[in-house]
Amino acid sequence: MPYSVVGKSVKRVDAVAKVTGKAKYTDDFFERDMLVGKILRSPYAHAIIKSIDVSKARALPGVEAVLTHLTVPKVKFPTAGHPYSLDPSHRDKADRLILTDKARFVGDSVAAVVAVDELVAEKALKLIEIEYEVLEALTTPEAAMREGAPLIHEDCEQNILASRGYSFGDLEAAFSESDFVFEGEYETSPVQHCHLENQVSYAYLDGEGRLVIVTSTQIPHIVRRIVGQALDIPWGGVRVIKPYVGGGFGNKQDVTIEPLNAAMTLAVGGRPVKLELSREEAMIDTRTRHAFKFRIKTGLTKDGKINGIYIAAVSNTGAYASHGHSIASSGGGKFRYLYPAQAMKYEPVTVYTNLPVAGAMRGYGTPQIFFAYESHLDEIAHKLDMDPIELRQKNFVQVGHVDLLSKNRILSCGIRECVAKGKELIRWDEKRELYKNQSGDKRRGVGMACFSYASGTHPVSIEVAGARIVMNQDGSVQLQVGATEIGQGSDTVFAQMVAEVLGLPVEMVHVISTQDTDITPFDTGSYASRQTYITGMAVKKAAEEVKAKLLDFVWGMTDIPAETLDLRERNIVFKHNGEVVMPLEQAAMQTYYDTVFGRPLTSDTSNNARVNAIPFGVTFAEVEVDIKTGKIEVLEIYNVHDSGRIVNPQLAQGQVHGGVSMGIGYALSEQLLFDEKTGKTLNNNLLDYKLPTIMDTPDIGVGFVETEDPTGAFGVKALGEPPVISPAPALRNAVFAATGVALNRLPMNPQRVFEKFKQAGLI
Amino acid sequence: MYDIQGYIEAESVSDAVALLASNPRLKIIAGGTDVLIKLRHGQMEGAELLSIRKIKELERIEQLADGTIVIGALATFAQIFHEPIIHNNIPALAEAAVSMGGPQIRNVATIGGNICNGATSADSASTLFALDARLRLRSSAGERVVPVQEFYLGPGKVDLKPDEMLSEFLISPAGFRGFGGHYIKFAMRKAMDIATLGVSVMCKISGDVFREVKIGLGVAGPTPLRCVEAEEFAKGKAIYAETLAGIGRLAVKSTNARTSWRASREYREHLVEELTQRALHVAIVRAGGAEIG
Ligand SMILES: Cc1cc2nc3c(=O)[nH]c(=O)nc-3n(C[C@H](O)[C@H](O)[C@H](O)COP(=O)(O)OP(=O)(O)OC[C@H]3O[C@@H](n4cnc5c(N)ncnc54)[C@H](O)[C@@H]3O)c2cc1C
Repeated sequence: MPYSVVGKSVKRVDAVAKVTGKAKYTDDFFERDMLVGKILRSPYAHAIIKSIDVSKARALPGVEAVLTHLTVPKVKFPTAGHPYSLDPSHRDKADRLILTDKARFVGDSVAAVVAVDELVAEKALKLIEIEYEVLEALTTPEAAMREGAPLIHEDCEQNILASRGYSFGDLEAAFSESDFVFEGEYETSPVQHCHLENQVSYAYLDGEGRLVIVTSTQIPHIVRRIVGQALDIPWGGVRVIKPYVGGGFGNKQDVTIEPLNAAMTLAVGGRPVKLELSREEAMIDTRTRHAFKFRIKTGLTKDGKINGIYIAAVSNTGAYASHGHSIASSGGGKFRYLYPAQAMKYEPVTVYTNLPVAGAMRGYGTPQIFFAYESHLDEIAHKLDMDPIELRQKNFVQVGHVDLLSKNRILSCGIRECVAKGKELIRWDEKRELYKNQSGDKRRGVGMACFSYASGTHPVSIEVAGARIVMNQDGSVQLQVGATEIGQGSDTVFAQMVAEVLGLPVEMVHVISTQDTDITPFDTGSYASRQTYITGMAVKKAAEEVKAKLLDFVWGMTDIPAETLDLRERNIVFKHNGEVVMPLEQAAMQTYYDTVFGRPLTSDTSNNARVNAIPFGVTFAEVEVDIKTGKIEVLEIYNVHDSGRIVNPQLAQGQVHGGVSMGIGYALSEQLLFDEKTGKTLNNNLLDYKLPTIMDTPDIGVGFVETEDPTGAFGVKALGEPPVISPAPALRNAVFAATGVALNRLPMNPQRVFEKFKQAGLI
Repeated sequence: MYDIQGYIEAESVSDAVALLASNPRLKIIAGGTDVLIKLRHGQMEGAELLSIRKIKELERIEQLADGTIVIGALATFAQIFHEPIIHNNIPALAEAAVSMGGPQIRNVATIGGNICNGATSADSASTLFALDARLRLRSSAGERVVPVQEFYLGPGKVDLKPDEMLSEFLISPAGFRGFGGHYIKFAMRKAMDIATLGVSVMCKISGDVFREVKIGLGVAGPTPLRCVEAEEFAKGKAIYAETLAGIGRLAVKSTNARTSWRASREYREHLVEELTQRALHVAIVRAGGAEIG
C-alpha cells in the first residue's frame, strides 16, 4: 500500500527546537532558591559502615541537611526499569537502599549533603567522618564465586545472583551425530553509555504536599513507582516529569538518582533540591554494560549444518543487581532466533562483584553473545575452509519458525537479502581474493557478522503502551504518548503515523514531548527497541479511533455513510474516487460548536501487545591492521538491517550511524578499567575512557531490506538497539581474515593487539 | 562551580611581573585549559588568578633578521598551525600543534601554557626539544633565557620562580635550518587525546649520510627528553634501513618508560623503536633525501 507520510524522511518534529536551543532539558529549569545536593562516595570497594559523624558537616554555614542511611527510609528497592509484575517471583531483585550501610563498590553512596551551593556542599562532604570495617574486595567473578568468599549480599550464596538458563533437544545426541564439534572462549569488557547529558534531576514538594521530580529519564512511570517503593509512600503521591533528554542508551532505563533526590527535598521541608552527577560520577555510579565470559561448543555436519549449540556464560553484574540476570537471559533469548538448532543448552551465571553496577545498555546482552558466537562461527568456517557467509546461510532461520521457548513466530525475515546486499556493498568476493596472501606491515581484511533481536519484550514482560489524541478546531491534533523521546526520533515517527491515518501534513500533528505522570498516558517507557513497534500500535489505534469518530460525525452531518468516506490532504473525501465532501476544518469546527452534537474528538488508547517481530541484520567491515603498532583502522563499514518497514529513512540512518559508532568503540577502544586489588575505577573520565571521536569514525554505510511484518503498525520492526550488535564481531572477523590472529577478547585496543601479535610471532 | 577567590587581568608584561612580585599566591592563567581542569578537580583551592590574555605582544610569532623564530607564550595552537613562518621553517611544530585536542581547544590553548604546565605528554614539547628551543623568562628583577631541556625539572615541575613568567620561545636557525623534521603523535584516538608517545625528529643529511639527527620524545619518561645516544650513533652514518633500525633501538636506551594501566613498558619501548624510525623516514625526505624502501 502506498503511504503518503510513512516512509518519508520528514524533518524531526523537535529539530528546530533543538538546534535553536529552545528545547529545554532538566538543567534548563530553575526553581527559586534551589538547593544543591551532593553525594559522599565510599573509598572502599567492600566495607561495613561502623559509624558516621556528620556534626562538623552539619555545622558548616550553608549546609541545610546531611543524610545518611540512618536518616533515610531503610526499604530495599529494585532499580531496573522493568514493568512491575504481579507475580513476586518475576520481580527484579530489591537490593538497593537510598544510602547504604555497607559499601559494595568504590563510589557507593554512603551519605549526602544538601547545601546552598556546590562549593559549600563539596566542603561539607569532606567534613563527614566515617569509620569503616574494610572487607575483601571481590573484583572478578572468579574471586566472588570462590568457596568461602565474603558475601556481597547476604542472601546470595557464592555471590551468584541467578543462573537460570534454558535447554531444549538432546544436545548429547546432536553432538554425537555431528562430524565436528568446535570449542571456543570469548570475553567482553565493561563499557559505559556516555550519553551527552549526565543524570540530573530536581525535586520538591508542591502546594498539595505531593512530591514532584523533574528528571532526565527514559522511564517516567517506572521512576514514579520505584520512588514510591523506595520512600515507602503511595505511588500516586509522586509526580515525575521528563523534559527533553540528552541521550540514555539504556542507562536511564534505571532509577539511579531520583530516590535520593526525593529524600533530599524531604529532608529540607520540600524546598527544591537539584542533584546532578558529574561525568566522573556518572561513569561509576550509574550503570555499565555487563562484561561476559563465554565458553561455546558447536556441533556441525561436514557440510556446515549446525546440529547443536552449547553456551556457558559468566556475567559480571557488579555490586547491585539492577537489570541483573535479565541481561544474560535476554542475550541468550534473542540469539536463539538466528540459527535455530535442533538442540541447545545455555548456562548463564550472573555474579555480584565489588565493581560499579552493570545494567541495561543498548543491545541488552546481545552485543556480548553475538560477539562470542559470530567470532566462533568465523573460526569454524576457517577450519572447514568454507566462506563465512556460506556457513551462515546454511543455518539461517526460515519464515514460519516458531521459537520453542518464547513461542514468538518469525513472520518476516530478510537476513538473506541483508547479507546479499552487504556482500555487494563491500565487494566481498573481490576483496577476500585480493587480501588472501599478505605479508607486509599493513594488512587488510574483510569480515562480517549477523544478529537477530526482538521488538519489545513479549512474552517476558507486559507491553502496555498509551496514546492520546485531541483534535483541534482546525483539524490539527495534539498527540501525547507515554513513551519517551530521548533523541532516537520516536516523536517524529509517531507524528508520521498519525498524519498518515488522519490525512494530515505532519506539521499539523503536535507531539507533546514532555511526559508527566500526572497527565501522560501510561507507558512503561523507552527501552527494548519498543517505541515504534509497541507504542506505534497504540498511536495507530488512537488515530484510527479519532478517524472513525470523525467520519461518523460527518455521516451525521451529511447522511453519507462513514464507511464510504476517507481522510485525505485535510479533506473528507469519498473513498472510491477521492472527491471532496468537505474540508476537514469544517467538520472539526462542527465537532466543537454544533449546538446539539458538539463534542470535541479525542481518543485515549491503551494497547497491550502480545506479539513480537524479530528484526535481523548484518555488519560488513574492512580493516587495515598496522602490524607493528597494533592499531586497527576501519576502512569501510556497512550495516544492513531488516527492521520491517522504515517509517523515516533519514532518522533510521541516524539510528544506525550512532549504533555503529558505538559498536566500533566497543570493538576497538572502549573499556572501563578497575584496579584489581582495590576495585577503584581507573578511567572514569572521557580522556582516559577511549570513546571514539568523530575523527575515529569512518563513513558508515547503511542499507535496509524492507520486509513488512504483519504484527507491526505499518509493518515496522525494531531498529533502536540492533545497529550496535554486530560491528564488533564483524571487525574482529576482518582482523582475523587480515592477520590470521583470533582476537577473542574485547576491546581490540593496540596494547592487547600488540601482545597477541607478539605471541603469534607477527612482531 | 569553581573555587576562585580572585581574578585580575594584566595589561602588559611589566604589569604582570609587578603583580606577581606583589602577590606570591597569584597563579597565571593563559588559555586556562589546564588551569580550569585543575580547579575542577579541586587541586587549586581558593585560587587567585592572574590572566595574561590581554597582553597582545605575547601573541606574536615572528622571524628576526638573524633567522631566529620567536613564538610568544600566548600564541595558540590554531595560530601556530596557520602561521606560514612555522609551516615554512618548522613544519614538525605545525604537526604537533594540529595534533592537539580539538578545534575548540586549539583556539584557546597556548604554547606557553603547554610547556609551563610541565607535562611529559605536552604535544609541543618533544618538537621544542628537538629544535633546541630556548625560553625567555621575565620577572620584575629582569629576565633570563633557559634551554627547554633545562626548564623541565620533573613531572609537572618546571624551572619557573613564583615571580616569573614565560614571555616567548626562541628558536635559533642553528636548530632548524637545513633540517627536515616530523612529529608523530601516537594516541588511542585521532583527536581529543593524550599521547601514548610523542616522537619528534629533525635530521640533516648530506648525500646519503646523516649529518645530524635530533630526537625528542614525550611520554617516554617523567619529562620530555632527547635521545642522545641514538643521535650520536646516527652522525655520519649511511642512510639505509639498518641504520634506522639501530637508531630506533638506541632511542629506547634514553627512555624511562613505565608500565601503567595505560600501556605496558614493553609496548611503549616497542613504540619508541618503531615510531622513531617511521618519523625519520618522513624527515629524511623533507631534508632532501630519498625515500627508503
Ligand atoms: C579537552 C582538552 C584537550 C587537550 N588536549 C591536549 C593535547 O592533545 N595535547 C596537549 O599537549 N595538551 C592537551 N590539553 C592540555 C592543555 O590544553 C595544554 O597543555 C595547553 O597548551 C595549555 O595551555 P593554556 O594556555 O590553556 O594553559 P593554562 O591552563 O592557562 O596554564 C597552564 C599552566 O601554565 C602556566 N602558565 C601559562 N602561561 C604561562 C606563562 N606565560 N608564564 C608562566 N606560566 C604560565 C599556568 O600557571 C598553568 O600552571 C588538553 C586540554 C583539554 C581541556
